[in-house]
Amino acid sequence: MKSAVVGYISFCWQCIRISFRGTRLYFLWMTLLSVIALLGLNAYCKQFVHGLVTTGMTDQVSWGMYIANFTFLVGLAAAAVMLVIPVYVYRNMDLHDVVIFGELFAVAAIIMCIMFVTADLGRPDRFHHLLLRINFPMSMLTWDVFALNGYLLLNLHICGYLLYTAYRGRKPTKLFYIPFVFIAIFWAVSIHTVTAFLYVGLGSRPMWNSAIIGPRFLASAFAAGPAFIILTLQIVRRFTTHEVKDEALFTLRRIIQVAMIINIFLLVCELFTEFYTDSAHLASIEYLFFGLGDHKALVPWIWTAMAMNMTSVILLMLPVSQSIRFLNVACVLAIFGIWIEKGMGLIIPAFVPTPLGEIVEYAPTWNETLVCFGIWAFGILFYTMSVRVAVPILSGELTYKLVKARNGGEAVASAAAGQ
Amino acid sequence: MSSDGLITGNGVSRRSFLRTGVAAASGVSAMAAALSPLAGLKDLDEFSLDHWLKKHYKEMTPEEMETTLERIREEVEQRYAVRPDIRDIKPLDGVEFVYALNISRCIGCRRCVHACVAENNQSRSPEIQYIRVLKMEKGSINLETSDHHYDPPEVPEHDSYYMPVQCHQCKKPPCVKVCPVEATWQEADGITVIDYDWCIGCRYCEAACPYWARRFNFATPKLPKDKLNANMAYLSNRPRPKGVMEKCTFCLQRTREGRMPACLEVCPTGSRKFGNVLDPESEVSYILREKRIFVLKEEAGTLPRFFYYFDERGSRFHDPLIPLTVEGDTP
Repeated sequence: MKSAVVGYISFCWQCIRISFRGTRLYFLWMTLLSVIALLGLNAYCKQFVHGLVTTGMTDQVSWGMYIANFTFLVGLAAAAVMLVIPVYVYRNMDLHDVVIFGELFAVAAIIMCIMFVTADLGRPDRFHHLLLRINFPMSMLTWDVFALNGYLLLNLHICGYLLYTAYRGRKPTKLFYIPFVFIAIFWAVSIHTVTAFLYVGLGSRPMWNSAIIGPRFLASAFAAGPAFIILTLQIVRRFTTHEVKDEALFTLRRIIQVAMIINIFLLVCELFTEFYTDSAHLASIEYLFFGLGDHKALVPWIWTAMAMNMTSVILLMLPVSQSIRFLNVACVLAIFGIWIEKGMGLIIPAFVPTPLGEIVEYAPTWNETLVCFGIWAFGILFYTMSVRVAVPILSGELTYKLVKARNGGEAVASAAAGQ
Repeated sequence: MSSDGLITGNGVSRRSFLRTGVAAASGVSAMAAALSPLAGLKDLDEFSLDHWLKKHYKEMTPEEMETTLERIREEVEQRYAVRPDIRDIKPLDGVEFVYALNISRCIGCRRCVHACVAENNQSRSPEIQYIRVLKMEKGSINLETSDHHYDPPEVPEHDSYYMPVQCHQCKKPPCVKVCPVEATWQEADGITVIDYDWCIGCRYCEAACPYWARRFNFATPKLPKDKLNANMAYLSNRPRPKGVMEKCTFCLQRTREGRMPACLEVCPTGSRKFGNVLDPESEVSYILREKRIFVLKEEAGTLPRFFYYFDERGSRFHDPLIPLTVEGDTP
C-alpha cells in the first residue's frame, strides 16, 4: 500500500517536473501561450468587476462568442471517439499507438468548455447553487453539467490510468479501463446530443427548434475533431520521438470524408426546409445568409464557412489529399469552416430578430475576444503539457524504475514530500 | 525535443537555480498583473459569507427571511438614504391574476413603460424596461414588421395600432423549465418570480422566453437616490445586484395587497384591465367571457395569462366609425 502511494506521488511529481523541461522552442511556445492565457485572465477579471457589460451581448442577443466556442469545443471533445472506436471496436492497429492523444485532447477540450460556460455566467460566485438546488431533470443545462463533467472524469481516468501503469512498467489491467472506454464512447455521443438539446428544446427560437440540429452537431464534430487531431498528431511526430504512422492519419482522413459529406447533406436538408417553405421561421436563417435589410453582419462569415467546407470536402474526396500537405489544407479549412458554421453561425442568428421582431446585431468586444483567446491558449497549453508528459512515459524513457535508479528511493520520496 | 534532462538527480547548479528563480518571479508578477483589475471590486458585501451561505427563497425559515429582510433594509438605507418598507408578500388564496389589454384603445403613449420603471426600481443606466410597446401595421399582426423605436411628434398615428408586450406570466413557462438552479418559479397566483440572490446569470431563461420579457443586469444597476420606490417586496421590486435576471411581476408588491399594477393606473385610455380570473364578477372574467380575445404566439403553447382584446366597434382613438350599412339594406 505504502509503495503504491509513493509510486503515485512520484508519478504526479514527475508529470509536473517534466512539464517544465524541454527545448528552447518548447519554452518559447509555452511562454507565448502563458502570456495569451494571462491576457485572457486579465480581461476576465475586468469582466468580473464590471459585469457582462464588457461583452458585446445585449438583452436582444443574450449569448455570443462564449457559447459559440463552447458548442464547437463540445464537438471537438466528443470527436475523440473517432479514434477510440476504430481502436477498441475494430482493433485498428495504426491508430492504437495514438489513441491516447485523442483522449488527452478530449480532456483539454472539456476543460475549455467548462471555462467558456463559466465565463458566460453573470454570477460565477454562485456556481455552488448548482449543487444545492439543481433543476434536474427538467433543465437541459443540468444534463449538460452531468454530461460534461462525467466525460471529463472518464477521460481523466482512462488517460491517467494508462500513463500511470506505463510509468510503473506494468501491463494495464483490462477490467480497470476497458469498461470505461466503452462507457466513454456512449458518453461522447451524449455530450454533444445533450448540448444540441439545450438549443433544440426552445420553442421560442425557431431556428434552433429543429430535430436535425443534434445529428448535425455530431456530423460536424466528427469532421472537425479528427481534422484537429490529424494536425496535432503531425506536431507530435515532428517535435517528439513518438512514432505516428501515415496510415493513422489516412484512417482519420476516411472518417472526415464521411462525416463532412453527412454534415453538408444535413445542412442542405435544413436549408431546403427553411427556404422552400419560406415561412416566418425563415427570418434567422435569412439573416445569416443574406442579411435582413441593412443588417448583414454574419453574411461574409457564413459564406466564408460555406466556401471552406465545400473546398475541404472536395479536397478530401480527391486523391490529392493522400498527400499530407493537401490533407492538412483540407483539415484547416474544415476546422475553420465548422467553427464559423456551428459557432457564430448557429448561436447568434437564433437571436436575430428577437421573438418580438426587433433586429439588434451582435459583435464581440475586444475584452470578450481576449477572454476567448485566453481560454483557447490555456487549453492548448494544457494539451501541450499532456503530450509533453505522455510521450516519454509511453516510450519507456521515463519510468519509476529509472527515476528510482537515478535518484535512489529516498530522493524520490523527498522530492515528492517537497512537492 | 530531446530526451535529455528527463531523469536527473536533485543536484541543482547555480545557473539553473537562478534561471528557475527568475522564471518563477516573473511568472508570479505576471499573474499578479493579470489579476490586478480585481482591485476595482466594489460592493464587497455582495461577496460576503452571509451572501454566500444564503439559502434559496423556498428554503428560508420565517426567521431567516426576517433577518434577510433586515439586512436588505440596512443595505438599501446605506445606499439610498431611505429606509425601505420591504416585505415578503405571499400570494393570496383563491387568486389567479390575469391581465387584459384592449388594443383598439391603446394609443402607444408609453406612459405604462415609464410608470413601470418608476414603480419597480429598474436600473436607469443601463436602462432596463419591462414593457415594450410595438407599433404595428394595420392589417397585420406580424411582429417582424413592428416598429419598436417609433418616435412621432404625436401618438396615435393613423396608419398603425399599438401592442404593448410584457411578461405574459405563462401557465407553462419555458423560462422556469430551463432554469438550472430553480431561481425562477411560478407562484400560486400565477406570477412567475425570480430569487435575485439565487440566479447564477446564465441567461438560459432569456433565450427560452417567446415574449422577450426577461432582462439581464449586464452592469450594476444605477438608480438615483430620489427615484427609489421604498415600497418593496422581496420577490419583485427590491434593488437588484448585477449579473442577474429580472422581469415584470404584475407589480406583486401592489397587487397582492389589493392595488392595481402601476402600468394600469397610469394608462390614460383605460386599455389595461387586471384582476382575479377565479372571481366570476371580476372585470377580467367579464372580458374573457364576452370580448374577442387572443393571446400572442398561441402556437408557442405556453398558455399566457396576458390577453389582448378589441372592441367590436372600432375605437374613439382611431379612424372614425363608418356608418354600419349593408348594401341594399337601406330603409
